[in-house]
Amino acid sequence: MYLFGYKLPGMSSLLVWGALWELIGRLDLTFFVPPLSKVIATLFSIIGTPAFLSALGDTAYAFVMGVLFAVVIGVPVGILMGKNRLLDELLLPWVNIFLSAPLTALVPVLMVLFGFGVTTIIITTTLFAIWIIILNSRAGVMQMNRSLIEMAHCFGASPLEAFTKIYFWAALPEILGGIRIGVIRAVKGVIIGQLLVSIVGFGALFELYSSNFLMSHFWAVLVVLFALAFTISELLAWLERRVAFYAAKR
Amino acid sequence: MPQTKKKPVHLQEAQAADNVVSVRNVSKSYGDVEALRNLTLDFPRGQLTSLLGPSGCGKTTLLKIIAGLIEADSGEVLVDGKTVTGPGPDRSFVFQDFALLPWATVLRNVAFGLELRGVARAEREDTARRFIKDVGLAGFENSYPHELSGGMRQRVGLARALSVDADVILMDEPFSAVDEQTRRKFQEDLLSLVKNESKTFIFVTHSIEEAVYVSDQIAILLPRPSRVSEIIRPGSFRQKSVENIRRDSEYLDIVDRIWASLRSYVE
Repeated sequence: MYLFGYKLPGMSSLLVWGALWELIGRLDLTFFVPPLSKVIATLFSIIGTPAFLSALGDTAYAFVMGVLFAVVIGVPVGILMGKNRLLDELLLPWVNIFLSAPLTALVPVLMVLFGFGVTTIIITTTLFAIWIIILNSRAGVMQMNRSLIEMAHCFGASPLEAFTKIYFWAALPEILGGIRIGVIRAVKGVIIGQLLVSIVGFGALFELYSSNFLMSHFWAVLVVLFALAFTISELLAWLERRVAFYAAKR
Repeated sequence: MPQTKKKPVHLQEAQAADNVVSVRNVSKSYGDVEALRNLTLDFPRGQLTSLLGPSGCGKTTLLKIIAGLIEADSGEVLVDGKTVTGPGPDRSFVFQDFALLPWATVLRNVAFGLELRGVARAEREDTARRFIKDVGLAGFENSYPHELSGGMRQRVGLARALSVDADVILMDEPFSAVDEQTRRKFQEDLLSLVKNESKTFIFVTHSIEEAVYVSDQIAILLPRPSRVSEIIRPGSFRQKSVENIRRDSEYLDIVDRIWASLRSYVE
């Protein structure tokens, strides 16, 4: 963005919105919106507390495990669906249904099945992330050059070799794209899971702060979560650009 | 045999028994479309045979049946007397669109056939380097396919097919995706390759000039239903140097004659 001929650094427009927030907060229109400066001050005061750190730890653990399961299951399933017509016919309707389904509504069922603990949150995270990873891996295999498959067949590749040496690499740019979107959805999954279970991690903090009307604490945690989710997504986009260097050239 | 087989004009009665590949009464349909009907054809050892015909005459289908990539509905293909049931180490393939791994270097691409056969890394890379040099790509071992021109990419495909040391090299319109000048150079190189390597080449093309230029034997395939209409064996100009072939009167005659028999099938 340019202003009076000067190039502004990325996201400088956030300053305008930050100023607006501060203004509304100072006007004391509602207790619900404290000034941004107060929120940031609270943020630094709670960021080192054991409650916050343990919430962060619990969330990170559930998030990493959830994404890990989504990738380890989603990528092979997606590739196999792209390869195998029968499997595709069997699974595709379910993948599409779950992709668009309001998964939040499933969390209470998961709580009944898996208890009010970290297992439920991991499963929720996986459920949020996995479908787009499957769909993208499948799309990556379906768009790949058919003659690469014939080539592998011709030179005597076993099915496992074809999988690890051809299909995976040919679909890698799409797989990474799917994982990036999946991870963004996983951030939603882990937070929604925690909010509904509400005795673990940030969910417990949210519950505590909002029921005690500690609005600046509430906003501080929210800002941290938004910043974390955004950073993770940008990091993956950067990684994707680096690995997909050949995608445009195949 | 139901197919019409006119008498070949330039038939050199040569080693009739030594056919490395024999196609016996092969038929193949895709749904209602008959790609091949009861096709029989022999490929003499150490020679280059072209499959020439208008588009839709089933020449690529025939090549892929020989490769073992497509299964015939009936009939059989014999390679060295053994029935083909799938791809095998006795045949390798050069693809029209090169079929290179975009994420791998030239060296790994050329060595890929050997990699799939479980040859140790040092050994397969030695072999690959030798063939990269043979096809004129020395110095490009660590380049990626997208850094090469179309002609160079097909040289990589050719080096890969040669490095697995198969008896039969199947080529599916290998020069159709490269420019005219590169194609001419390729054709000259192919002639010396046939001369120097004791391999059998089966070459699919839709270019009449190309087929006559490079082939020891040309099988003309006609569509609807697909069959071998004629087998032509160019004679005298095979021994001439590469520069003189295109001016040879027999070369020109054969080109004209093939065009005369194909023109009614080109819409």
